[in-house]
Amino acid sequence: MANTVLHKADTRGFADHGWLKSYHTFSFAGYYEPSRIHFGALRVLNDDSVAGGGGFGKHPHDNMEIISIPLEGALEHQDSMSNVATIKNGDIQVMSAGTGVQHSEYNKNTDEHVKFLQIWVFPNKRNVEPRYDQVTLNPADRHNQLQQVLSPNADDAGVWIHQNAWFHLADFDKSISTEYKIKGAGNGVYVFILKGDVKVNDQLLNTRDGYGIWDVDGFSITAESDAEFLLMEVPMEFKY
Amino acid sequence: MEKVQILVLCNNAEILPIVMRLIDTNPDWQATGAADEEQGLSLFNQRPFDLVLLGSGMDQATEHRLTPVCIAINPEVKFVQHYGGGSGLLKAEILGALG
Repeated sequence: MANTVLHKADTRGFADHGWLKSYHTFSFAGYYEPSRIHFGALRVLNDDSVAGGGGFGKHPHDNMEIISIPLEGALEHQDSMSNVATIKNGDIQVMSAGTGVQHSEYNKNTDEHVKFLQIWVFPNKRNVEPRYDQVTLNPADRHNQLQQVLSPNADDAGVWIHQNAWFHLADFDKSISTEYKIKGAGNGVYVFILKGDVKVNDQLLNTRDGYGIWDVDGFSITAESDAEFLLMEVPMEFKY
Repeated sequence: MEKVQILVLCNNAEILPIVMRLIDTNPDWQATGAADEEQGLSLFNQRPFDLVLLGSGMDQATEHRLTPVCIAINPEVKFVQHYGGGSGLLKAEILGALG
């Protein structure tokens, strides 16, 4: 029997640092809610808005797969592996922090906000060699179909991470429906609605709602309006 | 009330002081840092910490070696693996471990 968890958009944690406004689906920084620590290997889902010219100064990470998906604007990335890059709407960025990496992310534009999703997934092994990658996605490839943007495989579509996880983006017209089949045994899927209204099986979800579903082989997704959403399939039990 | 004593084991020289500083911002917590297993055990023998936070570079083998030694000194000690190397998860990890 399916297990599910619903996180309505207005129940998320919120932090206002002036230059950064962030909604936290799961406990993060000053927001602590014991019932909302993680969904399987998915540990962080932050819905961030960075003011023009603002950003995250140089800071370290270790042992985490960190994925960024810009929704509006552009972020300038620099890291201790000598990468300097810009990510913008339509791109996906991944960083395996492993043994340790330092990076900064700044809003390149002084006159507009950058909005992006910051997603952290527990890795399936500790202390891997740090790595960085980014990929530009074709938005046409997610119109009325699921577009794979992340997998565990370096030779598969999108970016890859050190975890048995698959992410898909979608941009559905109203009434478009599809079936999602779980790829990894024991995995669950966390659905995050970027815009619009979507039904997962019989559960109606609205903009910025989150919905986890596990102990299933698959489920149906139907757009109740024009809608954009992200599916994050992750192991529900994991060790490394 | 005595502060919760937290031993931070982390061999990443950039991450260790950040984690310690973040812990010390909580008035109820006090961090002591160790850069390796040997130093960590030496500190634990001097003072029975309430919680051991295993950070960057500490693998599962280290954890398995440390756990029985520390528990023999303080049966109530909690262990928690720290992920991410900064402020994001630290509070939840410590509060979750302390119960």
